[in-house]
Amino acid sequence: MTLTTAAPELASTTEPSPPKKAPRRKKPRLTVGRFFAWAALVAVMLITLIPFYWMLRTSFSTSTSLGSDPGSPFPVDFTLGAYERVLGLATPAEALAEGGSGASINFWAYLRNSLIVATVTTIGQVLFCSMAAYAFARLQWKGRDLVFSSFIAALMVPPIFTTIPNFVTIRELGLLNTYAGIILPTLLMTPFAVFFLRQFFLGISREVEEAAIIDGAGPIRRFFQVILPLGSAPIATLAILTYITSWNEYFWPQLVGREEDVRVLTVALGVFRSQTPQGGPDWAGLMAATLIAALPILILFLFMGRRVINSIGYSGTK
Amino acid sequence: MTAPTTTRPKAGRAQPSGLVPPRKPLITLKRREALAAWGFVLPALLGFLAFFVWPALSGLYYSFTDFDLLTAPEFIGLDNYTRLAADPLFWNAIGTTSYYVAINIGLQTVLALGIAVLMHRLTQSMVIRGIVMLPYLIANVIAALVWFYMFDFQFGIVNEVINAIGLDRVAFFGESDWAIPTVALINVWRHMGYTALLIFAGLQTIPKEVYEAGAIDGGSELRMFRSITLPLLRPVLAMVLVVTVTGSFQLFDTIAVTTQGGPVNSTRVINYYIFDMAFNRFDFGYGSAMALALFVLLAAFTFIQLRLTRANKSDLG
Repeated sequence: MTLTTAAPELASTTEPSPPKKAPRRKKPRLTVGRFFAWAALVAVMLITLIPFYWMLRTSFSTSTSLGSDPGSPFPVDFTLGAYERVLGLATPAEALAEGGSGASINFWAYLRNSLIVATVTTIGQVLFCSMAAYAFARLQWKGRDLVFSSFIAALMVPPIFTTIPNFVTIRELGLLNTYAGIILPTLLMTPFAVFFLRQFFLGISREVEEAAIIDGAGPIRRFFQVILPLGSAPIATLAILTYITSWNEYFWPQLVGREEDVRVLTVALGVFRSQTPQGGPDWAGLMAATLIAALPILILFLFMGRRVINSIGYSGTK
Repeated sequence: MTAPTTTRPKAGRAQPSGLVPPRKPLITLKRREALAAWGFVLPALLGFLAFFVWPALSGLYYSFTDFDLLTAPEFIGLDNYTRLAADPLFWNAIGTTSYYVAINIGLQTVLALGIAVLMHRLTQSMVIRGIVMLPYLIANVIAALVWFYMFDFQFGIVNEVINAIGLDRVAFFGESDWAIPTVALINVWRHMGYTALLIFAGLQTIPKEVYEAGAIDGGSELRMFRSITLPLLRPVLAMVLVVTVTGSFQLFDTIAVTTQGGPVNSTRVINYYIFDMAFNRFDFGYGSAMALALFVLLAAFTFIQLRLTRANKSDLG
């Protein structure tokens, strides 16, 4: 309900535009109240950011030395060893000396797997869901409302309920430990993606499409020449959201893709965590790995942040 | 009497075609459009049928069977459900999950509302919004691992600080009483900013004039929060609650990489128990029955929430 009303507003704000300066009014006085309000907001930001700093500080430390000075606000025994270990640039002997595991870590392989899974999922889901959303928003056909409302009803089903039978399906198809097995369930649609795009397509001006109809354009040409270009902003937003979700997904890939050659980063981190090479986990290595695993999303956010933030009114349904 | 009435609409519909010359091109155009529409929906529909409808139906069926994945499911009627009713671990899982949801949602909603109102009254800065949202972008697994380290009994910075101010170290993940609140705190950290932005989006729909009028009447910030913000925000808050509560029940990742249900089942939440039952003990039938129970529970919960909060009715206008 809230979601529907937010639609038109969002359509305009997702356009990448220079930051709009609010019309300058008289500067609010800095009262005691405002001072404390700002202090509270700064405290929130600190709580948000400190764990990130702690990842960074730990990742530049030597694991074996961390125990001697666990409270140090700066890296203990500064080294790039953790990164070298994680990226497979260190020899087993070097890794052991700094508290890592002597076994090789296929970090590059996990990174590649995450890239493949997230990219293919995003392309498929966004393409097929925009096609479906177009049919729901703009075309007249029998059964449209029935099909759409059953899509929406699927939003209510808790994922674990469908996960068990989906695992059986993927297993029976012989797709365990394949990319296809990890990707298939979300490749063709998610109810959220269809719902999200349909809302936007409903808002695209009908006149342009009617002009195309007069020019004799059929539904397929209209989709590619009118809807896709005019809907590019929400489509890009959905693509980013899908990419982030897919990159961060843990539950499904750890069920169907535990084996090395298809293991994605989140699953690899879970495995990494359960290894205790020298009595305790290799904290520096683990923190270096988490940072590298989060990096692609953080970079994406750096460039596309405004789009992601503006889409928030919507992603609540996820 | 009945015969004419039933035929009348038919005759009415036939009438135009009798008076107006048949418009053949229109019909074929409509046909073409319908055909194209099915073509557009087809891939998504296939995905929907294969990975949402089919699993929902087979999950329902599995819940009445004994199924270990290796042999065909064997129908056992309501056995799984009678077992569920008498399974102390199932009720423990429901209790643990509810406890987690209560702490997580309670804390998160209050904090998020606070952050949203602060941002709304202080700043429109995209950078601040970006920072606040940051934890939501990293995987659950990563958030869990970072805090697992920071909460470590021996090496964690949190315990270092606790120690420095003269208190006893806390085994955050190792003590039954602490484990669920700790997991809840981690997820509050990850979600509070995101939830704040959801509420913030709602705040921006409140017309500025209402606040200006409030200020002219000499209302304090606190008074305006109680008399303007809260009532006008109610529908948004209600929707946010439905979404976050439903999401909160799905807790799995954090447990899987930290406590794995322990210590002594104190963090064996429902999703983890179902996962364990199905994928570690290969009891797919019983796992499905519990998943269905969760589904029913969630649906009932959502329904009650929507009713209680009158989510679809706005006080505005």
